[in-house]
Amino acid sequence: MGMADVSEIAPAPQALGRSRRRHGESVVKAVLLTAALLSVATTVGIVAALLEPTVGFFTHVGIVEFFTSTDWGPLFKPPSFGVIPVVTGTLITTVIAIAVAVPLGLAAAVYLSEYASARIRRVIKPTLEVLAGIPTVALGFFALTLVTPVMRDWSPFEISLKNGLSAGLVVGVMIIPIVASLSEDAMAAVPNGLREGAYALGSSRMTVALRVVLPAAFSGVVAAIILAVSRAAGETMIVVIAAGSNPLFTVNPADEMLTMASFIAQAGSGDAPVGTVAYNTIFAVGSLLFVLTFLMNWFSARLVRRYREVYE
Amino acid sequence: MALLTTPRSAVRLASEGRPLREHLFKAALVVSVAIALGFLVVLIVYMVTKGWPRLDARLWENQPSIRRPEIAGAQSAIVGTLWLIGLTALIALPTGVLAAVYLEEYADRTRWYNRVIELNIQNLAAIPSIVYGILGLGIIARVLGLGFGVLTGAMTLSLLVLPIVIIASREAIRAVPTSIREGSFALGATQWQTVSRQVLPAAVPGIATGSILALSRAIGEAAPLIMLGAATFVPFNPEGLFDRFSALPIQIYFWITQSREEFHVLAAAAIVVLLAILLVMNSVAVWLRNRYQRRW
Repeated sequence: MGMADVSEIAPAPQALGRSRRRHGESVVKAVLLTAALLSVATTVGIVAALLEPTVGFFTHVGIVEFFTSTDWGPLFKPPSFGVIPVVTGTLITTVIAIAVAVPLGLAAAVYLSEYASARIRRVIKPTLEVLAGIPTVALGFFALTLVTPVMRDWSPFEISLKNGLSAGLVVGVMIIPIVASLSEDAMAAVPNGLREGAYALGSSRMTVALRVVLPAAFSGVVAAIILAVSRAAGETMIVVIAAGSNPLFTVNPADEMLTMASFIAQAGSGDAPVGTVAYNTIFAVGSLLFVLTFLMNWFSARLVRRYREVYE
Repeated sequence: MALLTTPRSAVRLASEGRPLREHLFKAALVVSVAIALGFLVVLIVYMVTKGWPRLDARLWENQPSIRRPEIAGAQSAIVGTLWLIGLTALIALPTGVLAAVYLEEYADRTRWYNRVIELNIQNLAAIPSIVYGILGLGIIARVLGLGFGVLTGAMTLSLLVLPIVIIASREAIRAVPTSIREGSFALGATQWQTVSRQVLPAAVPGIATGSILALSRAIGEAAPLIMLGAATFVPFNPEGLFDRFSALPIQIYFWITQSREEFHVLAAAAIVVLLAILLVMNSVAVWLRNRYQRRW
């Protein structure tokens, strides 16, 4: 189709030839709008599902206790509701994951965008997509039955059978493709004129990659990292399987630990009766996770809009 | 894609004088990619070698058994997964494509509600899957009263993958050139005739690729299903929309939590089956993309 692209046509050409009202067209539009509104209903549904039990939870448990106590045992007798151990567990596994994924993912992005030939790129990109598509139960099994035993054999430190370290490492590998593919998109959008200008000034390839392309793609790269953080913080199965369920407050990554997502899964698969405080706790932690990931997304979207370098 | 128009000779010239640092940098990049790809290879080899003794017909012919791992299979889980994916495809694909058509072809972007829909979809794509499990538990199972059957599972998974379908379909629709729409309008076609007879057929390869990737995400997902009580022992196949169900990832998780080593072998074997299904789906998606990708 070698047709020349006619530029910027008015979006409503149907107005010209309309001779009578077509009711079918309005019906179609209504159906399409309904489909689009389902996504809004999903968000409303999530908020609705979280809100009532969360309010119920905080009528029984003080907000101050929830956010400041380091004792977590909503299913124990007597129960305790200090969310700090769960939050630090999430923080530790996420930090480990990001420490793995950001350097490796960024390096892969730079390689794909600045070094690899088109042929190599055609092989590596789909393979990274396969890595992104590995079911998380498989990754959790891998962390539990291979990564942890190998670390226990080689490490001079004491490492628990279930621990946040191996879960975090494997979550990190899982999110490498997210960092790599989104950062590469941002780097590919940097105009070649910038690279050529830098080469003309005598820059080396590494200088062009690190001092020209990376800064120009900065907002996209940061958005990719934030998305990766929210994926790591919300990852469930790997952590459930490999990090265990011990809610003791710890900052040692070699210990067993609980995260927000893994607590929700473990308590949710149990049989806490509807309406009890233990049941409501699942939703209270869910609200916390939802709000945190929502804030990260919002921040990332804002960042992209605010710092986007506009070319031509 | 960053096609380097800069002559290779210029790149080489510019790199001269500081060869060592340049080489080390490139080596570091290559090593990083190799680590990611090497992980994938190690994972696949590990699963195949560990699961090999149980990779046979028992896996899909027998039902799960808690006491006798030597005869245990995953038939109910495999059938459950087929149910889930069939229903998810029926629910999520039409809805996602129609929503994408609305946003690309009909929505007036200056209206606030259309911007809200767009932002909302981006946001949904980043919500953790376990939160969708809460939605399934709190709203679909309890408020809508659909219970904990396979339909509730499929609806939850549909909502989870809907943003992926919408985003992929929008890109495919956007790639269809305006001239085709103008040609259709010029011949007197209505907007829906143009969309359904010109735009959508031209966008089918892109939509299909995105849909396959979305469904493969749904196949591997365990977290939201756990919230729906699917983790309990289900040694029978679902026969209706409201029957209790298991699914492959759930069955695998159940076996991982067992302490006997035989169950871990079974888990690895089932993981190999799951990986094989996903690999086939992924290859079809990549093939579709390469085969039918048109540059207008």
